[in-house]
Amino acid sequence: MLNWPNLASQFFNGLALGTLLALISSGLTIIYGTLGVLNLAHGAMFMVGGYAGYVVWTLTGSFALAVLGGAVFVGVLGVVMEFVVIRHFYARPPEDQILVTFGIGIVLVEAIRLSFGGQSVSVPPPSWAMGVVQLGFLFYPTYRIAVLGIAVIVLGLLYLLLYRTRLGMIVRAGIEDSGMVDMLGINVFRVFLLVFGIGAMAAGFAGIINAPVVSPTPDVGDTILVETFVVVVIGGIGSFPGAVLGGLIAGEILSLTSAIDPSYSQVMLFVVMTLVLVLRPQGLLGLRGRG
Amino acid sequence: MGLIRRTLPEVLTALGLAVAPWVLPVLGFAPDTLNRIVMWGLFGLGFDILFGYTGMLSFGQSAFFGTGGFIAAYLLTNNILSSVLAALVIGTVGAAIVGVGVGLIALRRTGIYFAMITVAIAEVFFFLENSPLSDYTGGENGLPGVPAPVFQLGGWSLRITTGWSMYGFLAVCFFIGLVVARRIVRSPVGALLVAIRDNPLRVQALGHAVPLYKLTAFVIAAAYAGFAGGLLGVLQGFMPPEAFTFDTSGQLVMQTVIGGTGTLFGPLFGAAVWLYLRDFLQGPAGLGSAWHLVLGLVFVLLVCFLRRGVLGGVADLIARFTARPHGEAPEESAPITTAAPSLASVGPAARQRVPAGVAGAPILETRGITKRYGGLLANRDISFSVREGELRGVIGPNGAGKSTFFKMLTCEVHPTEGKILFHGRDITGFDVARVCQLGLTKSYQINQLFSRLTVRQNVEIACLAQGRGRFRLDLLRPLEGVPGLATRVEQTLALVALSRRAEVAVSGLAYGEKRRLEIGLALASSPTLLLLDEPLAGMSPRERAETVQLLKNIRHGRTMIIVEHDMDALFELAERITVLHEGTLLAEGTPAEIQQNAFVQEAYLGGVAAA
Repeated sequence: MLNWPNLASQFFNGLALGTLLALISSGLTIIYGTLGVLNLAHGAMFMVGGYAGYVVWTLTGSFALAVLGGAVFVGVLGVVMEFVVIRHFYARPPEDQILVTFGIGIVLVEAIRLSFGGQSVSVPPPSWAMGVVQLGFLFYPTYRIAVLGIAVIVLGLLYLLLYRTRLGMIVRAGIEDSGMVDMLGINVFRVFLLVFGIGAMAAGFAGIINAPVVSPTPDVGDTILVETFVVVVIGGIGSFPGAVLGGLIAGEILSLTSAIDPSYSQVMLFVVMTLVLVLRPQGLLGLRGRG
Repeated sequence: MGLIRRTLPEVLTALGLAVAPWVLPVLGFAPDTLNRIVMWGLFGLGFDILFGYTGMLSFGQSAFFGTGGFIAAYLLTNNILSSVLAALVIGTVGAAIVGVGVGLIALRRTGIYFAMITVAIAEVFFFLENSPLSDYTGGENGLPGVPAPVFQLGGWSLRITTGWSMYGFLAVCFFIGLVVARRIVRSPVGALLVAIRDNPLRVQALGHAVPLYKLTAFVIAAAYAGFAGGLLGVLQGFMPPEAFTFDTSGQLVMQTVIGGTGTLFGPLFGAAVWLYLRDFLQGPAGLGSAWHLVLGLVFVLLVCFLRRGVLGGVADLIARFTARPHGEAPEESAPITTAAPSLASVGPAARQRVPAGVAGAPILETRGITKRYGGLLANRDISFSVREGELRGVIGPNGAGKSTFFKMLTCEVHPTEGKILFHGRDITGFDVARVCQLGLTKSYQINQLFSRLTVRQNVEIACLAQGRGRFRLDLLRPLEGVPGLATRVEQTLALVALSRRAEVAVSGLAYGEKRRLEIGLALASSPTLLLLDEPLAGMSPRERAETVQLLKNIRHGRTMIIVEHDMDALFELAERITVLHEGTLLAEGTPAEIQQNAFVQEAYLGGVAAA
């Protein structure tokens, strides 16, 4: 079981899973950092992304359109959710925010289950990414490498958005001190709306590009949500670099432990999270005194 | 009379549980549903103490529910134990022990971090059950064949079977759980948990070990979960692996919120609503699998519009109809006079912590304390000493480092260099609660009150530290039974002239009254050294005069250090004044000396006076 090609392929799996987790977690983390809301519906948004993409794919047969459709649909869903519900919870205690997003998550999951049934739906990878490629001594599915590449590109775009644009500057300032941003006369409500949409879109995008690897089921978001939580606890919530680092660490732990004994992969992830909590409670790249 | 009133909820619950099997089936409840409602209600008793009372939202209760359930089921199905009750007790204890371990990890963070960590931990338990431990737990198959209890009463044996005898057994279990939970909620620990929810920092500053009390609430919730988990196995004759899923935790949270938090009955009521709607929507309403969606929507709407749940909403309605048309006329509290009650009764003499030193000996000393925040030097090499019985004023222009200095004295922040001695004992690096227990406490510049509690309850929290120490597990003792508590509370209230406002919620107090309560909280812990951070801040002239009088009243037999911007008041009160400037000690002397000091004039007036 434990041999070099297997370990190497698990390493690549970890990289692909890691970048995917990094993408989802950065969505969660920028929403929390800017709005101060922990979105428990984030896993459900990942799942909805997969289904929305599936619908577009069945209608058009185009994978590119499916990715676009899935991401945009979830982005719009996020905007609507912020506008209709979340907006009224900024002044309420954090428990209430957690409860309401938890409830919305359940509604989304059950709505999808009702519309598509409990079985998984499958989206094939695009034709150009079918088959395997030879990487030195191992054969590796082409699409997984494509996922890795796409996720890295999108993370890069997110980085540019956060660190090279005016919106990004406001978001980062908001993470440092949201009260101050408010006072500077910036329309925070419009920024919040956008940030929630972008954060949700990141989850939805990850949901559809992951669909050819793991077929979406209504419950696929639950595990992802838990893993995302572990990622931000490890990396430090509210930190974009923390989400990326935490994502890669979590992805590798899950994959490499699976190479030895799959039943311990979640346990191992938890052990690492505990270690971080004991040694550095604010997370690897988190700021002290937050949360 | 008092006994009847106090035990009324228990009596009504017993009646309700007894009547339910005759009433609820008429409304369409199946017997099995009734059993499950009671089981979930018991599960929720502990969760309500954790979430409703202490304010800690955990999404990981399934971990303890499953642990207790599988321990009990394993012991019974492998014939290690024949007594169902013994297995349930061991399962409960097992869940509580696991709760200690998990709590130690999860409680390293608060708020949303705590919620996230509990989610992650619960998920790990599911995976552990499913594969590494599947030899013991049956993995995906669970543990079938859990026996029902049999009781031997003399020569007569009572065998619990499915149906009504099972209901009776569960109802008795719930009733015992409720009685214990009500005792806990009404104990000193219960009072502290509610205060922790409101303002954990102040609870800690009043001398209570907040992390240990939080852990207590967490373990209580884990024990209840473990007990309920054991009952699930007994009830079904089968211990299902689903007990460990996130859905279990989620359902508990939703039922509790639907029913209403902070009442102990919310989870039971919520479970009834949840399970009834599930049966009704699936069956008669013909919605099939859409029931879950409908319940999810109901939950979201309740969180949005009726956060206190159905029971909370009903209570609010009753309160609205029974309230007097215009409410009570706001009652003015008595003005403070010089003839205020003597302090000796609540004074430092009552404490036996640090032996009272000779009058005039130094009570507090700092030796070269320095505080750096990164590159910023807030305080530099301050050495000062306050004698027993002295009233010392600390002044300084804005940014002089007074706040940092004060925080170091109470051990809220620790000095980068130097030492702090209290009664000659090195307290550098001590925890705030420990310092308060030693007899050093402070009143805050910005009120740190328990805003959801009444004035009396606020003072009770402060008085509890004395005699109970930093941590005590007096879970079953009623709060009223704490020796001397009522007297100390009354004396403190009289001292700050709030006796007539004792039953008013803090939110209903005037600003000046809140300030006095703030000082009262610090006084209630009977400090030998009291630090007051800008006690006059933001007061009207009348309130100022009253508070100055209050400070004069309480100063006898007590050492006090006051930071204040109001120079006139301070020069009137203090015997000696310490002046801080740019983080260092600039001058020290009697008010007259300080007023004449050229450096002080320079610092305050920028040399105008010297010119």
